[in-house]
Parts: sequence; structure tokens; C-alpha cells
Amino acid sequence: MKLFFIVFLNGLTLASLYFITACGFTLIFGLMRTVNMAHGVLLLLGAYIGYEVVEMTGFWVLGIIAGGLSCALVGAFLQAFILGRYQGDELRQTLITIAISIILADFLLWAWGGLTYQISLPEMLQGGIRLPLLNVGYSVVRLTLIGMAIVVGVLLWLLIAKTKLGIIIRAGVDDREMLQALGFEIKKIFIIVFAMGAALAGMAGVIFGSALSISPGTDIQFLLSSLVVVIVGGMGSVGGAALGALLIGLAEQYGLAYAPTYGVVFTFLIMVTVLAFRPQGILGRAEQ
Amino acid sequence: MIVKFKKIILVGAVAIACLSQPILAADKIKIGVISILEGAFASLGQDGVRGAELAFKEAGGKVAGMDVEIIVMSSDASPDSAVNAARKLIDHDNVDIIIGPLSGSEGIALRDLSKGNKGVTFVNGSSAAQDATFREGSDNFFRFGGDGAQWMAGVGTYAFEELGYKKVAVVAEDYSFPYTQVLGFMSEYCAAGGRVPKKFWTPIGTKDYSSVVYSIPDDVDAIFVALGGADAVNFLTQYDQAGGDKPIIGGTITIDQSILDSKGPFKKLLIGAPAGTPTVSDYEGKEWKEFTASYLSNFPEGMTSPTIFAHHYYMAGKAVLLGLEQVDGDLSNQHKALRASLNNLEFVTPTGGTMRLDENRNGIIDNFVTEVYEREDGSLGNRVLKLVSNVNQTMGQDPTAFRAIGAVSRENPSCP
Repeated sequence: MKLFFIVFLNGLTLASLYFITACGFTLIFGLMRTVNMAHGVLLLLGAYIGYEVVEMTGFWVLGIIAGGLSCALVGAFLQAFILGRYQGDELRQTLITIAISIILADFLLWAWGGLTYQISLPEMLQGGIRLPLLNVGYSVVRLTLIGMAIVVGVLLWLLIAKTKLGIIIRAGVDDREMLQALGFEIKKIFIIVFAMGAALAGMAGVIFGSALSISPGTDIQFLLSSLVVVIVGGMGSVGGAALGALLIGLAEQYGLAYAPTYGVVFTFLIMVTVLAFRPQGILGRAEQ
Repeated sequence: MIVKFKKIILVGAVAIACLSQPILAADKIKIGVISILEGAFASLGQDGVRGAELAFKEAGGKVAGMDVEIIVMSSDASPDSAVNAARKLIDHDNVDIIIGPLSGSEGIALRDLSKGNKGVTFVNGSSAAQDATFREGSDNFFRFGGDGAQWMAGVGTYAFEELGYKKVAVVAEDYSFPYTQVLGFMSEYCAAGGRVPKKFWTPIGTKDYSSVVYSIPDDVDAIFVALGGADAVNFLTQYDQAGGDKPIIGGTITIDQSILDSKGPFKKLLIGAPAGTPTVSDYEGKEWKEFTASYLSNFPEGMTSPTIFAHHYYMAGKAVLLGLEQVDGDLSNQHKALRASLNNLEFVTPTGGTMRLDENRNGIIDNFVTEVYEREDGSLGNRVLKLVSNVNQTMGQDPTAFRAIGAVSRENPSCP
């Protein structure tokens, strides 16, 4: 029984990580219908840059900011000069992002090599605490992840529900042409949103590299998990990303604890079930 | 991909340089090298290629008076990628000999491929799954090195008798190489009287081990960890963060120098941890020092010392070289003479032992039991506790009894 609760907690913390990663992915898709296959490699890039900054300055928070900012820049560049030219041609955009993902991943391998990196945490997040009731040690950084996911979720909700930019984004999701006709510079908005999505990926990378570790291949793994999370939750919906992340995180952890060899099957069972009965995702809206 | 491309250009340049010299011999020997040059193993795989190249560089790029052309192909640790790489080398480049692959299940795939390609001689790189040679071997697939079980020789006995561990849990990746490593550990450990109540097989590339960490039974004395690279770092970090304090016993690639060099508080768990390996980076033996010096002078851009992969690809290259010299480059009649000479070959390895093959064309090796220690500057290194000589594939046990254990798998061997 004790194991059951701990695994639940593990699932929750892993879900937090998935949620932060998938948020950026779903944000970009929601507005632009671009399936950004370079999301994983942006995460890895942010993590490496965050690692360098933390090593240089010793400030963890600075690493997160640097990882986010640098990815935002790369994201803005991608949208402004490459993807923006093919707006509306989703298949071509997807193929381009796959190409970018492969090229960038090789550059990262060239620059940082094949070793495993771990970003050092600040003193107060290191080590573990004893959980009351369950009486087992649990790592502080994992508990912090839940808090971070909630902060990211709430900030995103505030941004989308309460700000001017949020209103424009929501309008754009509903009717892009109308928004353009009303005189909003859709190109600029696309660049901002893409940068935001990429920044979320970069920050998730730094957090991921601190809680677990990063190495070549992490990009593909996280691209896949982001895809599964948003397919289950519903493409383009932040709430859907949260629900999807929770389902996938719990399934992975219970799988690993009770049936380690076949754990990965549960994830895809959930995906197959959702695709069979609700192809738009649990909280997704069907295309008109 | 970049690495591979650079490599191809490099090899191409070397080939052109060779061609521009006056050609004395009428022929040349084409050797394909298969290693992992992409993904997480890329830097280790590249070191394997260095090892194979070193063997031929030391001989001046010539064997039996003929020029050697080396063609490098990359695989990605999956069996089908190794087969694709080998097919390309055989059908397109018409290589005579293939050296490789790097990873366990790739080796089994190439052994199967070798059965249908008798005109090519396969010499294993560092792949160490037991069944590549032990069951359904192929008479043109040779392994001048041990399997994962041989690499654990001495550790099980040491853990039970010297360290007094009565019960051990196993955490290992779910494929043929860790299966073989666990077999090597358990065959000794269980025979000595130890028990293994629980084994956790996790998929390669698992990031989040926390649920495994909490499932480890409380009453075990130690954990045998057979994970590689990032997987080992992740598991050990999460075990440490959860307040775990059981001693660790390491598999061959778990306590690799690259893991001892990575940063993180988990490293304190490893001090004093025993492991089994055929390659110790700061080994004091004379032959190893010479090998390291040769490696460093030929590859200034390489690692600080040769890895297990450079070591094993080097032995493969060396065997090919010596075999070809013995038969004077005669590859007629589907390499008949070369194969006979490889079967009877004996040479001194970089660790000072004598390499020779058993009747399954698998190496009889010298193995080390090592221990992680803290150097004076605070970094971690491996030191040799014990040298186990002449380890054969049945770990010194009666061959029929050993074979009767059956093929390694998740459930086999078992002593709960």
C-alpha cells in the first residue's frame, strides 16, 4: 500500500515535468496548427545552455532563465525566417521542423558530446526529506516540480484568459482570417507565440536536466512524450495537456513499479483508446 | 551523422593518400568497421573505431604487403541497424572482413547474418551477449574478447565472501548484454550461497527510476546495478535523493570512468563499490602503459585513456592483422586459411594476458575485480582488487552443466 502511494507521488511529479514540456507544444499547435517536431531538440538546447550558465554563475534560477531566453530567440528565428514563409502549409512545416530537429541535434552532439550532464541544484533543493505518514525519504526537487507545474499552469491560464495578448491568441485559435482582417499583425503574433512555446521547452529542459539528466536522445524521448500527452489530452488545449500529462505520468510510473518490462505498453494503450473513441483528445475540440 | 560524415571524409582522405603512393601489391584488403556513431553511445562508439584503426596504424597501414582500406559504418545499437550497416559494407563496398559491432543484441544479429555470408569474416568488436558465440555459433563469426558473464568473473564470490552480502537485488537494462552480466554475477554468487530475491528489468533509456527505487526490498544487503551511461547516472541520483544507502555492486559499464567523472552527489554511493571489467583505465601493467601511450600519440583528440571499446576493437583489429599476416593475405576458398589461423591464434593483449579462442570461437580472457576509490584530489577512480586469469565462457564450470542452465533471459538464472 505504501508503494502504491509513493508511485502515485512519482506519477504526479513526472506528470508535472511532462506538463511543462507539453504546454509549449500545445500552445504553438493551438494557434498556428504547426506540429513543432523540433520541440524536443529545443528542450535539449535549453538544457545544455542552462547547464553552462549554472556552471559559470552558480545560480540555478539564472540557468532556467538563460535556457528559456535562448530557446525563445531560436524559436522566434525559426518562425520569422523559416516556418513563417510556409504558413498554412502544415505538412511542409512539420517536415521542416523534423529536418531542423535532426540537424540541430547533431550540432548539439558535436558541441557537447555524448556524455550525460546533470545540472547542479541549489543547496536547498538537493537531497531528500522524510515524508510524514509514509515514513520514506523523498527528493525535494521532485516535490518542487509539482509546485513549478502549478505556477506554469496558472501563469499560462492568466496570460490566455486575462491579458490582451491572450485575447488575441484565443481569437486567432478561433478564426485567424478574421483576426487578420481586423488589422492585427498575425505574423508578429505568431512569432511571439512560437518564442513563448520554445521558451517553455527551454525552461523545461533545464528543470529536467536538474531533476533527472540530459544526454543525446533526450530530445526524441521528450518529443514523443509531448506528442502522446497532447494527443491524449487534446491538441491545443492547456487543460488537456495537464490531464494528458497526469494520465501518462501515472501510467508510466505504475507500469514501471508493477510491470517494469511492459510498462511502456500502458502509455500507448491509453493513446490507442483515446484515438479510437475520441480522436480529438479528451479535452480537444473537433475540427469544424 | 556529422561525426560519421567527418569520419567518412577522413577515411576517404586516408584512402586517397594511400592510392597516391606507388602501389606495389596488386591488391588491397578492405575492412569494414561497424560502431555506434550516433545517439548516446556516439563518443564511446567513436573510441571503438579508434581502437580498430590503431591496430592497423601500428602496422603502418599495411598487412601482408597489401594496403588496408578501412570503411566505417554507423549503427544505432539496434540489431537491424547493425545488419543494414553490414549489408552495405558487403554488397556495396565488397569488404573482406567486418570488425564490429559494439552492443549486445547487434552482435547476435551479425552472427545470424554471417551464416549467409560465408565469403566475409566477421570479427566481433565489443558486443558481449553470451549467445553470439555460445549457442548457434557461426564458423565465420569470431570474438577476441569475453562475453558479459566473463566480464563479471570474480565479483560474485568477492561480494559474498569478502563483503559478506547475503542477499542482493538486481537492477538492469532489459536486453541481452545485461542478461549476460547478471548471469556472470549470479552464477558465482548463488553458488557461493547468496540469494537474489528480486530483479528489476528496465527499458533502455528510462529516465525516471523512482518507482523502481521504492520497490527495492528493505532486507537486501546490496544492489547489483547493470545499467549504462545516462541510465546509471539517473538511477543512482534518484536512489540517493530518496535516501537510499545500500551498497552498490557495479556491472562492467556501470562503473565506467565517464560515470565516475560526471557530477552529482550520487557519487558517494559508489566509493568502495566492486565491479568486474576486462579494462581498467589506470591499470599499472607494462603492456597497458604501452598501449595507452600508443593510443594517445595516435589520437591526441581521443579520450584521456583508451576505453573498453577501444581496447576490444583494438584486439579485433590485431587478430585480423595477425591472422592475415600468417596466411600471407590468402583469402581464397571463402577465407578457409584465414579462419583456421584465427582459430589457433595467440597474442598478448593490452592487459598482459594471452588471447586465444575456445571451440566456440570466443575469447578466453583475463578479468579484473575492481573497486571505486577516492583519489587524493577528490575525484573517483577504479583500482584493481584481483586479477582472475583464464576465464572461459563457462566461467570455469563444467560445460554441460553450464549449458544446461539454458539461454539467459529475464527469469534465467534464478535463485530467490
